[in-house]
Amino acid sequence: MIKIEIDGKLIETENGVTVIEAAHQAGIAIPHFCYHKKLSIAANCRMCLVQVEKAPKPLPACATSVAEGMKVYTHSAQAVKAQKGVMEFLLINHPLDCPICDQGGECMLQDISVGYGGVASRYHEEKRAVLGKDIGPLVSAEEMSRCINCTRCVRFGQEIAGMMELGQAFRGEHAEIMSFVSGTVDSELSGNMIDLCPVGALTSKPFRYKARSWELSRRRSVSAHDSLGTSLAVQTKSNRVLRVLPIENDDINECWLSDKDRFAYEGLNSAERLTKPMIKQDGKWHEVEWQTALEFVANGLRHLANGAGAAHIGALATANSTLEEMYLLQKLVRGLGSNNVDFRLRQTDFSGDGKQQGTPWLGMSIADISRADRLLIVGSFLRKDHPLLAARIRRAVKNGAQVNIIHSADDDLLMNVANKAIVAPDALLETLNQVARDVAAQKDVGIAASLRSGERVAVLLGNFAQQHPQAAQLQAAAQQIAAATNGKFGFFGEAANSVGGYLANAVPGTQGLNAAAMLETPRKAYLLLNVEPELDCANPQQAMAAMHTADLVVSLSAYKHHALEYADVLLPIAPFTETSGTFVSTEGRVQSFKGAVKPLGEARPAWKVLRVLGNLLKVAGFEYDTSEAVRDEALHGMDVAARLDNGIGAVEAKPYAGQGGLQRVSDVPIYATDAVVRRSAPLQATTDASMPRVWMRSEELGKLGVQPGTTVRVSQGGASVALAAALDDRLPKGVVRVAAGHAATAALGAMFGTITLERA
Amino acid sequence: MLSEQIQAKIERELVKYPADQRQSAVMAALRFVQDEKGWIANDDMADIAAYLGMPQMAVYEVATFYHMYNLKPMGKFTLTVCTNLSCQLCGSDDTLAYLKQKLGIGIGEITPDGKFGVREGECMGACVDAPMFTINNKKLCGRLTPQKIDQILADLEGGQA
Repeated sequence: MIKIEIDGKLIETENGVTVIEAAHQAGIAIPHFCYHKKLSIAANCRMCLVQVEKAPKPLPACATSVAEGMKVYTHSAQAVKAQKGVMEFLLINHPLDCPICDQGGECMLQDISVGYGGVASRYHEEKRAVLGKDIGPLVSAEEMSRCINCTRCVRFGQEIAGMMELGQAFRGEHAEIMSFVSGTVDSELSGNMIDLCPVGALTSKPFRYKARSWELSRRRSVSAHDSLGTSLAVQTKSNRVLRVLPIENDDINECWLSDKDRFAYEGLNSAERLTKPMIKQDGKWHEVEWQTALEFVANGLRHLANGAGAAHIGALATANSTLEEMYLLQKLVRGLGSNNVDFRLRQTDFSGDGKQQGTPWLGMSIADISRADRLLIVGSFLRKDHPLLAARIRRAVKNGAQVNIIHSADDDLLMNVANKAIVAPDALLETLNQVARDVAAQKDVGIAASLRSGERVAVLLGNFAQQHPQAAQLQAAAQQIAAATNGKFGFFGEAANSVGGYLANAVPGTQGLNAAAMLETPRKAYLLLNVEPELDCANPQQAMAAMHTADLVVSLSAYKHHALEYADVLLPIAPFTETSGTFVSTEGRVQSFKGAVKPLGEARPAWKVLRVLGNLLKVAGFEYDTSEAVRDEALHGMDVAARLDNGIGAVEAKPYAGQGGLQRVSDVPIYATDAVVRRSAPLQATTDASMPRVWMRSEELGKLGVQPGTTVRVSQGGASVALAAALDDRLPKGVVRVAAGHAATAALGAMFGTITLERA
Repeated sequence: MLSEQIQAKIERELVKYPADQRQSAVMAALRFVQDEKGWIANDDMADIAAYLGMPQMAVYEVATFYHMYNLKPMGKFTLTVCTNLSCQLCGSDDTLAYLKQKLGIGIGEITPDGKFGVREGECMGACVDAPMFTINNKKLCGRLTPQKIDQILADLEGGQA
């Protein structure tokens, strides 16, 4: 620790920090544009010039390290003169278009020019103009004349997103920010450039001209999409969500937000929203009152429970449903006498049930991932499934951590990977077991060597590993490796409430049927909470067959979707911005949130709908006044931290089902993961949401005699779809990659299994 | 695709830098492309980016930053006339005007036969010989007069660069 003085205030600070950091720690503001605490130092805007005693000239506070006894003056005559001079230069070419600029009211340049700018400009010559660019559907770069060339967006791409899509081309007065050959910015974190831009050069395309920042009310919320539990500020005007911004939280999302969390809100007011309860009678849909719809459901369920038996009722929820919703759903069906309830819709291997020692979770805190020095990531489309965790790991790698990958697809993670084993799905378990044996035998080869040389080892199982037909054995192998390396192991939760679903007991236990069994042996009645079976289930073919044969399908959904074809009742429920609720993030953080706006039309929070259903069915204990009461009951007497445990007992050895032929590898594309995201128009216009293709190696293309781009018939389980062929020689041999969770591939069967290709 | 000659030259450059710093060779690589083709197309930059394992935009930044890289065809012989202060005082305006009139083209243009192109350049660090131009950034020609320019152009026409 050293002592310095800023503006006469004595400050004790660590050696090595910069003047601007020391000043911020002490609560002293220094104007700046290009400096950002999470990015590298560029020192190119010069706004943070300060006077330092004994220095002949003003120094940039962001690029000057503190030294013992240093005396800094941020508001001395010399400092202020320098700052005002810089301000004048910055404003020379900046257009005076604040009244029509989207950044107006939340603009750093505007704010700082109030303090340091002149009353009038002394510059009367022509201003430079920079042409606008089209860099994609999310970020608007229409008014690049406003750019002050701070290069924050460029550094963000290089350092955090891992891909340098924007750069500063040309030089001097001609310098401008652009992408190479007018390309789009495709990073899954691109929206953060909007937040970083200190002026109105990069703005949010969907939000453009919708509202002024001071007209918006802010509500704190939690991300309903991925499992990180990102802190959100939902901004609303006239009962409509107009924008979503990150709330800084160093333990979770830092100051970032993935594009999925940022732009999903555009799906909230989609034309597909279901706003009135509907009943199908004589093959026709009728809009009805809530009372009628709920009584219809209650009668149907009661009739079934008293007749064929409650075991014929199955309840499915997505892991994006709140804790309260899942708790009441399971309480309702259990009250009726059925234990058939599950939220693990894409899981296929349930042999670990009953052997799990607790609730599967990340196995460590999110911040721990940054501190790990050796990571083994098994079966994860990391960048697309968990964008911000990928960014954290990317930074850990830059700081010296080693990442090892075992997976069935070789997507570019935009970070240095120490070792990787890209193998077919049927070899995934053996590859992991081999690492376990190597580690146990203290062999220093490949991945085992990397893990054995670390002090803080993390073994993490991704979505693909959890959906894998040998998931329980993968978990057991990961457990062995973690134990042998003195490390931690865990799961990247698939969705916002993947941990919460367990805590809410929305799992069948030993008495009921799990998600797969419920669809394999069709039930007579299904209660669907947020579920679109053809997109959310591991085997859409089987799921849809079950829906079509059921006597009663009740769909609690925010949207009118394919349920119109097979359901009997549609109950409009509120998405996460219109209800209160709780999500438990993958690190076990229990976060409750309030609704930001009123439910659209006659939609109602699902917990209220389930409560009334409970009352109508006379199930005991359904007298709740608030969602908080539901949550408190669900978590009553529960030590959440103690429940989290990835330990697993001995699991049966199961061979990988399906021999011969091509093996299917499926990812759920980043913007196809849940109902809200699927309906966000800007996200659906991105490159990541482009039409799924069937990816294969060149020898498969050769066998079919087709070129990339040619339409190919892809068949699985008796159905086929036509998709464009695409070349990926980094896939393992005998593997074909076809996305799941997308309407174009929903007719196909299981996410894992054999698949056949033929020329269309 | 980068030609084999260019790849061989880049490999020689790469020896000078640490193995994990391949992008250090980007300026040389751009120069080799320009030497071979006379200018650097966006596709060439993408090829260099792939060859050196660096972002395409980073190559573009370098290529657009330095004036001596031609981002469009500039003729077989690019005459870059210095218009900085020393040359200007010694009559570079006349040199430029004479070149323009003689070749019938303006700054940044090339003759219809694709032989000559004229660019404006920055100080070449040899003011003692002002006014001056360079041929393809390689050969410096100073103390230019209309007669001398005629002679140089005639030599170039005749194939003696």
